[in-house]
Amino acid sequence: MSAPALTVSGLRVAYGRKVIVNDLSLPPLLPGTLTALVGPNAAGKSTLLRGIAGLVPGTRGQVRLGERDLLRMSIPERAQHLAYMPQGLPGGVALTVMETLVGALRAVPTALAPDGASAAAHAIRVLERLGIAHLALRTLDRLSGGQRQLVGLAQALAREPSVVMLDEPTSALDLRHQVSVMALVRETVLRSGLVGVVVLHDLALAARFADRLVALSEGAVQADGTPAETLTPDLLARVYEVEARVERCSQGHLLVLADSPIRGAA
Amino acid sequence: MLSAAEAASGYRRLMLRRSVLLAALTLGLVAAFLLDIATGPARLPLETVLEALLAGRGAGGPMSVIVWDVRLPYAVMAMLVGAALALSGAEMQTVLDNPLASPFTLGVSSAASLGAALAIVLGRGIPFVPQDWLVPANAFAFALAAMFLLQFLARLRGAGVQTLVLFGIALVFAFNALVALIQFVATEQALQQLVFWSMGSLARATWDKIAILAAVLLVAVPFSARAAWRLTALRLGEDRARSFGVDTHATRRGALLRVSLLSGVSVAFVGTIGFVGLVGPHAARLMVGEDHRFFLPASALCGALLLSLSSVAGKLVIPGLLVPIGIVTALIGVPVFVALVLGRGRMA
Repeated sequence: MSAPALTVSGLRVAYGRKVIVNDLSLPPLLPGTLTALVGPNAAGKSTLLRGIAGLVPGTRGQVRLGERDLLRMSIPERAQHLAYMPQGLPGGVALTVMETLVGALRAVPTALAPDGASAAAHAIRVLERLGIAHLALRTLDRLSGGQRQLVGLAQALAREPSVVMLDEPTSALDLRHQVSVMALVRETVLRSGLVGVVVLHDLALAARFADRLVALSEGAVQADGTPAETLTPDLLARVYEVEARVERCSQGHLLVLADSPIRGAA
Repeated sequence: MLSAAEAASGYRRLMLRRSVLLAALTLGLVAAFLLDIATGPARLPLETVLEALLAGRGAGGPMSVIVWDVRLPYAVMAMLVGAALALSGAEMQTVLDNPLASPFTLGVSSAASLGAALAIVLGRGIPFVPQDWLVPANAFAFALAAMFLLQFLARLRGAGVQTLVLFGIALVFAFNALVALIQFVATEQALQQLVFWSMGSLARATWDKIAILAAVLLVAVPFSARAAWRLTALRLGEDRARSFGVDTHATRRGALLRVSLLSGVSVAFVGTIGFVGLVGPHAARLMVGEDHRFFLPASALCGALLLSLSSVAGKLVIPGLLVPIGIVTALIGVPVFVALVLGRGRMA
């Protein structure tokens, strides 16, 4: 699959009068690569993600997928190209996993699932691909944290988008599930040639699984490149306001060790 | 561990089970409906009821008159109002993402009461409306106006669901205060009439009113059915639903419009029968879950069933007296509701 790249230019995202992201541009995000947005709290990571996904009214600028601008599309049309996964699934919903997936496929008509039977069959294929077919008939509130993230991911992938945007898919997960969810995200992005963008809090996790890191603070890009290029003590001092070391572990993965907050910075 | 093939057949069985539940609810409703017709000062045997129904209207004889002109309008009205309010409640709970929402949460019934109060106490109403229709027409106009005012306020603010609910609650208090003010200046006779109106009663059912409510239901239901998938998606959250391609704002507007029409007409004709719009959807949710293809019809059926049974009970509680259905619904609905909630607690 040779999907086009995603290019963000001149993006301005605001909630009411409060401008969170102003005139932000990103070099093309290539298909088959996973980009992690990192940065301290309130850096505008989630807002940027929602803005790119067309979820914030009044967003200006361009989000081009190939020649086409996603922000100028209608909601159903955009949903054919881009899927967004918010943090966590809502609680207290009396739906089984299958029902949510069939619902995702049939909420607005898609060529993938012209009728009920094909929607069900497609939903099961998506679950199988993520290795969670055994959860199909479970209701949402009986899933563990990791299972909920996987089900959310399945919903995002069900409509076979070419861009997936995931907001903190590993929040509230234990170590094992953080690693397994991220491995699955990476594998899916590579195998299906998707443009993957993920907001992550954990820098080591981002460095380990993403091809590219974009560090944000105060709604602006502070660094952009491979994890090794981006994660430097200088960046950590500037963006996170900590004295930190970046070292390689015995297996060659990057580790970030924060030693102390920089005084007076805050 | 469930294999993919087992998941597929399990899903088919689940859908089948839900369809069977809907059929069972329909059967229960038919039974309650017949019981409702049979119950009254003169208890009619079921055969007599069926005979009179099958003979058609105007077949002659006292039985035909009792069944067609006295009992049937009440029974049909109970069913239709129950269905309309519970369907409204179900859509309301979904689009407001609030399990406590009902058609009356956002001030629909308070507005209708204000309209009714103006008509009853001050004799003020919409010009050129015949005297008989003054109260329902006024109640409906106010209910609808309240809904539009609410949507206008919400849009002004570019607001989310929470703001919508807060505005709705503000409207409830404002309308209630105005109603109290009118009550304060009302004559004793008008006051009595107003209090009785607000208790909710099927005694105002006529075939004309039934035809209007049925027509509104017939118009609204296909739109609800078409929105079922989008409403299901909305249960997973606003952003996720939009990412599935759902225009959530349009979906919400459509649902609120249906809710105001259905509940506005219902309240206008029978007064405030509040509880059914809250309990019907909860009962349905516990039975068939929240796939709105099943959830919406199940809610309507539960509401119709609850109101039919309340209508029966209203005739039996105090022999020789018809207790207003608004009171009975709450008295029956509350224990049913508590039992459902406790039962769910055990299951989980």
